Amino acid sequence: MIEIKNISKSFNDRQVLDNVSGVFKKGQTSLVIGASGTGKSVLLKCMLDLVRPENGATLYDGRDFYIGEEEDKKNIRREMGVLFQGGALFDSQTVHQNIQFPLDMLTEMPEKEKKERVEFCLQRVGLEGTGNRMPSEISGGMKKRVGIARAIVMNPKYLFCDEPNSGLDPLTSIKIDELIKEITEEYNTTTVIITHDMNSVLSIGDYIMFLYKGKKLWEGNSQTILDTTVPELEEFVFSNRALKQMRDDKRH
Amino acid sequence: MLSVVGRYLIFLGKLFTRRETLRVYWNRFLDECLAIGISSIFIVAIVAVFIGAVTCVQTRANLVSPLVPVYIVSNIVRDMTLLELSSTFMCVVLAGKVGSNIAGELGTMKITEQIDALEVMGINSASYLVLPKLLASVFTFPLLAIISGFLGIFGGYLAGTLTGIITPEDYIYGIRYSFVPFNVFIAIIKAFVFGFLISTISAFKGYYTRGGALEVGQASTSAVTNSCIAVLIADYLLAELLT
Repeated sequence: MIEIKNISKSFNDRQVLDNVSGVFKKGQTSLVIGASGTGKSVLLKCMLDLVRPENGATLYDGRDFYIGEEEDKKNIRREMGVLFQGGALFDSQTVHQNIQFPLDMLTEMPEKEKKERVEFCLQRVGLEGTGNRMPSEISGGMKKRVGIARAIVMNPKYLFCDEPNSGLDPLTSIKIDELIKEITEEYNTTTVIITHDMNSVLSIGDYIMFLYKGKKLWEGNSQTILDTTVPELEEFVFSNRALKQMRDDKRH
Repeated sequence: MLSVVGRYLIFLGKLFTRRETLRVYWNRFLDECLAIGISSIFIVAIVAVFIGAVTCVQTRANLVSPLVPVYIVSNIVRDMTLLELSSTFMCVVLAGKVGSNIAGELGTMKITEQIDALEVMGINSASYLVLPKLLASVFTFPLLAIISGFLGIFGGYLAGTLTGIITPEDYIYGIRYSFVPFNVFIAIIKAFVFGFLISTISAFKGYYTRGGALEVGQASTSAVTNSCIAVLIADYLLAELLT
């Protein structure tokens, strides 16, 4: 379980996050949604301590990530898997080397076991046989899959995905969503996804937090989001014509 | 300006804290030696041979007095090459090649979140990425300076003897005449210092890149410009200190 408490962050005079709190439970896919520029990615960076907030705390199963010894922090980091927006694959390494990288750096596992683990992860994300290709030789969707494989190679307790569907076609987006959902249930991870994709919201949102101008305005799940009466959230959700039509039909 | 210097010093400190295992650095050091040192041999050789040749031809053209012995030509080529061309000039060329490469690589890694990916794994990205580049630079730049020094003098020999402006005997006599072995040491020290400055300044510029492709290009340009200025200032200070 990940708990964020009163996270506030500003850049220069601009308040990007304002007292954001929430609980992301184990075995659930938790989504942080909101329009562009509302502070979703900054919140993720605060949770990963890539950006240090001015106020607040992030607790990983009760362990405060911002205070304590460097070794404790390193141990928490080893329990994290992160899928970055563009995949963040290392350009100079093959797909196989990219996935094996955390094992090389953070474990003393024998080479044979590492290779087996990488092959398993590649198979898990449906990319068997692509290990020798370079990141520049694979598509955007495949990069995301490799990113997921790298994120799960260490059997993480906490999985973070920053806009996993950005730049992907609708079919590939659905497949990536399903894959993340399956992995969450299979490994019982605490999964936090940053997104503004409504398909993801409705299909995999076990818990949803809506951010608006740096503030948490609403929280709920994929069942309750369509019944919202929060104007800002309504505007965000029903900017999709099909959803608006569906709601109007339901009301009449 | 002072804040930039302060950030640069903090960045240098970051390279030596939370280090990874020696095995990790050794493999990366070898890779960087290939990328920084071995891949620069060709450009260093070309520049050194031609600069040596031009120095020889220009010196001879300007020594019009019959009172000055002809072997002075190779004597000047030797000292020019050892004291300035093989280290300072060569490093200015390398600031363009190696400096832009380091800044571009790190800048791209920064904007594509590869550096963030390292950080979330608990790896000190600055140390993991930059320390091997720094070590490879301070190791290979002196070796390149030695190659450059030899090839510069050899370039002068080729130009001098093939065009007939100096005999092979006079050239060899000139380069051995009043030879100060410490000058070779000066070239090596300079290359070591310049290697440190070029690799760290370029890495600093690349590592703190913000934005997109445009900013990566600006970081590379800034890395080369700042490295060249630092090399020239350090050259003057070392000349004052060592000669």
